[in-house]
Amino acid sequence: MSNRAFAALALAAAAVLIAASTLVTNDYFFSAAYTVLQFVVLATAWNVLGGYAGYVNFGSAAFFAVGAYSSIFLYKWAHPPLIVMIVVGTLAAALLGLAVGYLTLRLRGVFFAIATLALAVMLFTFVVNWDYVGGARGAYILQPRELPFGLKRYIHVLYGAMVIMAAVALVVARTIETSAIGRGLAAIRDDEMAAECAGVPTLRLKIFAAGVSGGLMGMAGTTFPYYLSYVEPSAAFNLSYAVNSIAMPLIGGMMTWAGPLIGALLLGTVQQLVQVTVSSEWNLLIVGALLVLFVTIAPSGIMGWVGAWKRRKKK
Amino acid sequence: MSLLQVTGLTKRFGGFTALDGVDLSVAPGERLGLIGPNGSGKSTLVNCIAGTLRRDGGRIEFKGRDIARDPAFKRVHLGVARTFQIPRPFASMSVIDNLRIPLLYGAGAPVTLDAASVTGEAMRILEQVGLAARAEAGSSGLTQVDMRKLELARAIAAKPALLIADEAMAGLSTSEVDDILVLLLGMKDRGVAVIMIEHVMRAVMAFSERIAVLVAGRKIADGDPRSVVAQPEVVSAYLGQ
Repeated sequence: MSNRAFAALALAAAAVLIAASTLVTNDYFFSAAYTVLQFVVLATAWNVLGGYAGYVNFGSAAFFAVGAYSSIFLYKWAHPPLIVMIVVGTLAAALLGLAVGYLTLRLRGVFFAIATLALAVMLFTFVVNWDYVGGARGAYILQPRELPFGLKRYIHVLYGAMVIMAAVALVVARTIETSAIGRGLAAIRDDEMAAECAGVPTLRLKIFAAGVSGGLMGMAGTTFPYYLSYVEPSAAFNLSYAVNSIAMPLIGGMMTWAGPLIGALLLGTVQQLVQVTVSSEWNLLIVGALLVLFVTIAPSGIMGWVGAWKRRKKK
Repeated sequence: MSLLQVTGLTKRFGGFTALDGVDLSVAPGERLGLIGPNGSGKSTLVNCIAGTLRRDGGRIEFKGRDIARDPAFKRVHLGVARTFQIPRPFASMSVIDNLRIPLLYGAGAPVTLDAASVTGEAMRILEQVGLAARAEAGSSGLTQVDMRKLELARAIAAKPALLIADEAMAGLSTSEVDDILVLLLGMKDRGVAVIMIEHVMRAVMAFSERIAVLVAGRKIADGDPRSVVAQPEVVSAYLGQ
């Protein structure tokens, strides 16, 4: 399928998801769907650097929080419309991503992972001490009263925005994957020195991937303040974002755009169900258990398992 | 004018001098054999020319341009390609996908080849090296000799003017050595200069128009193959008198 056809399909699917939601009367559905879709964006974004290029980022929460806190800053400062917040937050996180991309010049493997984790801790400390955006006390954000398109509640707006963001993230990831850039990133993942000696400008590609990955993760966080109405640093920098954005691509499969999508839908939905039926404390435990299970029985994730099954069937 | 001109190349690792003022030149289309005992600095020289190591002193000129500070990928774009002593395939990819990387990113890049012509070009190179039947196979499951052929194919796909083959024949059987030798000899028809680093003397003698000898980071001989291997210093370095 060409990139244009895929983009058209993704946007059509987004339109259907938004249109169908008008039939839903239960508000909890929107809140749950918003959370699952947010993880679709995070997992897809993480996979651009982690899956395609093989650089494991443990600092997803930092990028997510940059998106969230840039929205809080804009809210306090100028009260711009939501779309402005989304664009600015995405760009801010993308800039941070470019900086992280530069780290890959010297850091590989576990050292890179530790550096991204340290980055999250640093930014957390910075935000805790930044009074303008609420500091450690947190910030209250009021949802706008006027709703566009005749929608009844603000969560409907947020749900629609997140559906579109998920579609955008998937289109971006797939476009990169099928392009020469995607092949170059795969070469870097397999053997960086051999890639460089085949003419791949490794540093440039890694910085690009880190920028795109960071930007998309930040995008997922831009609507977060309106979703929660009250944001404190520990909510925006929550460990579950870092863990989930790694676990979801790992479970779904890291080689293609479909892996993170499937992983996020599966894991995100299970977590929502557990949260309602058992308790919210069980979430990370479930993620951990599923992770152990998949690493043991299907190390290439669901997509890898499907691919192997297809190849066997062909023979 | 020479294609590659290395002057006074020096490389140190801590207190150890791996290359000590090495001069080396390669003419366009020339076949140069580079020999020397283990640890004499052959691979270090290759790494400095290809850009995977930064040199500490001296000049490296390629096509009249100083490339000593260029990153490795830029040198590939200019026309320097190399193979690795221990094959480094892109293990998650099929054999043909391994070739797509240098075809998309190699010399003359960024190219605007469409997918079909990249595939055609990749198949043509695979046929030349005798890997066409394995095109769709996973590259990590290849035999040693096929792995070496893939290394060469990938270097050829980068469209080099200078190909550096770093022990492309180590550990291969006699008939396999001949396979690779034919491949490297064929590079002349493409106007590609080749530096062959090799311990298999039969292959070096059959291949080289000129031989250079490195011992302990210094070049001790350079010239006609027969006279070079007859020099007493070379004989003593190899046989250890």
